[in-house]
Amino acid sequence: MSKPYTTLLGKTVRSIARLRGGGSALPGLFVEKIDSSFVADTLAQLPRGVVIISGTNGKTTTTKMVTELLEGQGLKVFTNRTGSNFIRGVAAALLGDVDMKGRLNADIAVLELDEAHAVHFVKTIAPRYSLLLNVMRDQLDRFGEIDTTTKMLAAIADKTSERVVLNREDPRIVSIGDALPAKKTTYFGLDPSLSHYFPNDDELHNGPRAPEVPKPSANVLLEAFKDDQATFKIAGEHFSTSLKLQGIYNIFNAAAALALVRTILGDEADIKKLVASLAEVTPAFGRGEQLIVGGQPLELVLVKNPAGFRLGLSSFPAETYATMIAINDNYADGRDMSWLWDVDFHSLQASGVSQVSGIRAYDMALRLQYDEVEMAQVEPNLKKALHHFIAKYPDTPKRIYCTYTAMLALRRELGTITTVEVVS
Amino acid sequence: MSQKIIHIVQLYPKDMNIYGDWGNVLTIKRRLEWHGYTPILTEYNQGDTFPKDVDILIGGGGQDSGQTLIQDDLLKIAPRLKELVEADVPMLLICGLYQLFGNFFKTLDGTMIKGTGVLDLETHGGTERLIGNIVTKSSEFGEIIGYENHSGQTYLGKGMTPLGLVQKGAGNNGHDATEGVRYKNVIGSYLHGSLLPKNPAIADFLIEKAVTKRYGEFTPTVIDDRFASMARTAALKRPR
Repeated sequence: MSKPYTTLLGKTVRSIARLRGGGSALPGLFVEKIDSSFVADTLAQLPRGVVIISGTNGKTTTTKMVTELLEGQGLKVFTNRTGSNFIRGVAAALLGDVDMKGRLNADIAVLELDEAHAVHFVKTIAPRYSLLLNVMRDQLDRFGEIDTTTKMLAAIADKTSERVVLNREDPRIVSIGDALPAKKTTYFGLDPSLSHYFPNDDELHNGPRAPEVPKPSANVLLEAFKDDQATFKIAGEHFSTSLKLQGIYNIFNAAAALALVRTILGDEADIKKLVASLAEVTPAFGRGEQLIVGGQPLELVLVKNPAGFRLGLSSFPAETYATMIAINDNYADGRDMSWLWDVDFHSLQASGVSQVSGIRAYDMALRLQYDEVEMAQVEPNLKKALHHFIAKYPDTPKRIYCTYTAMLALRRELGTITTVEVVS
Repeated sequence: MSQKIIHIVQLYPKDMNIYGDWGNVLTIKRRLEWHGYTPILTEYNQGDTFPKDVDILIGGGGQDSGQTLIQDDLLKIAPRLKELVEADVPMLLICGLYQLFGNFFKTLDGTMIKGTGVLDLETHGGTERLIGNIVTKSSEFGEIIGYENHSGQTYLGKGMTPLGLVQKGAGNNGHDATEGVRYKNVIGSYLHGSLLPKNPAIADFLIEKAVTKRYGEFTPTVIDDRFASMARTAALKRPR
């Protein structure tokens, strides 16, 4: 099928899907079906090629940072903002951005891809650069084992033509780097004084970590952070800035984003300007995103695996907030609930949890019962739970920990009562 | 608090702890407290001295790499484990350690991983991963609800009874409708999710056996299991 024809049809489906309030994947699926080379052909036009960001946690926020940092340096960037990080999500995003002739007005593509989809993606489109953030227990119902996930990321690294940016604090990611030629790797890292903020899955129940092995030197090092202030060490110099992103994990991802952008731009990169752009980056939708409801802030914190949930709980203190937890088990969330048992909820004991909701609300309630955390209400229906939560705590800032599909449903519902940015 | 101590031993938490195995340990610990006992948890990892006091033993699942790591150590303590099993010590073995308590695990490429032989069962590597929500039925515990994720296919020897018969899901091997094993006071199973919180009848069985063995009698208190029961109802309605 000719490209203009594919583009026209695809754009039409996209408009219809949006009118219906549907998700971003359907038009992408449509294009994938009628023209399987649409994505590859369109991306092949880009002068600076394709960048892939993958790993278990932090893909969406890091992709947003990298995109905004590159834009701050004057580049036109194509990206998949929806967090629908499957190939058809990329196709859907392309449909929004190409002109009727199928041309993409951009210098570079920065794409977040789920590990399993990235493996297929790189078979047809070799990325020029890739960034591998971390490997943690997530969606084992889809991937089987963490070691399988590591192999998927290694396949992305393998197909990357120029350079792979890697997290030197994650032993599984380092093992991927060890298998690559040294000139193909760049690392970002963490000052040892901060590493206790990042217990890895293997250390969860085992106390202190094993003695430190020497780590590769870091292109960008997160040296210190306090509240919203962070200091990075780049090329021997120290850069301090305030950030709009919250939580140590987002700030560490900022080091990843800086390292990737420096790698892409090389000597062209203006570090001062990069750090200035970083200060302006706001959280990606549903990733610590803040809305205003009834004059009070309401934060949405996406949780999808034990490591992410633990980091969320330790990054956002529960005091002075009303807390809601919404757990779904749709395909995109993962069907297996056992991950909830690998998260420690003691930090919620003092404040209690105001509302528990989602398809698996009672699994979550059961989990909290065993950590002896008080709950005010358990209501599986998300709409009812949300409205009750908002009505019952009118004068308190609110925070909702939610799985992916619960987050989408809550955002949709919140859109009926407050301003919610439409992301497509 | 009561000074009636019950010793829980968790096997290899360092290398065999994915899939929410902590949930099983936590459930035993809390329910012991709620029943009025004082749990003491000891972790046994490879190279440690095996604890003297064992009232309940819990072992979990691991990745294939974790299983290789612990295999030698497990064979070393096998005689002690066998002694405990024959002495009616209650045990819960999930996934990886369930397999390794058997005679062997033969991987797809033909490699034989020797098990402890404490339980008469064998496991063969499969090409397909058996993943999803699972419901089984047991005459002792009623409906057992959880989630399975394994590629090993386990077959029970003649003297072994399955823990449950599969109603929905794959179970031991996807062929003979059995799931898990029951022998003496041992429960082996592929179910995590975690198994015990959503199946409190099994948790209380292990506790009753442990307490009765140590103190001669067990008087349970009533525990509010409404969330467990509603979580079970919700899980039953979910797709595979």
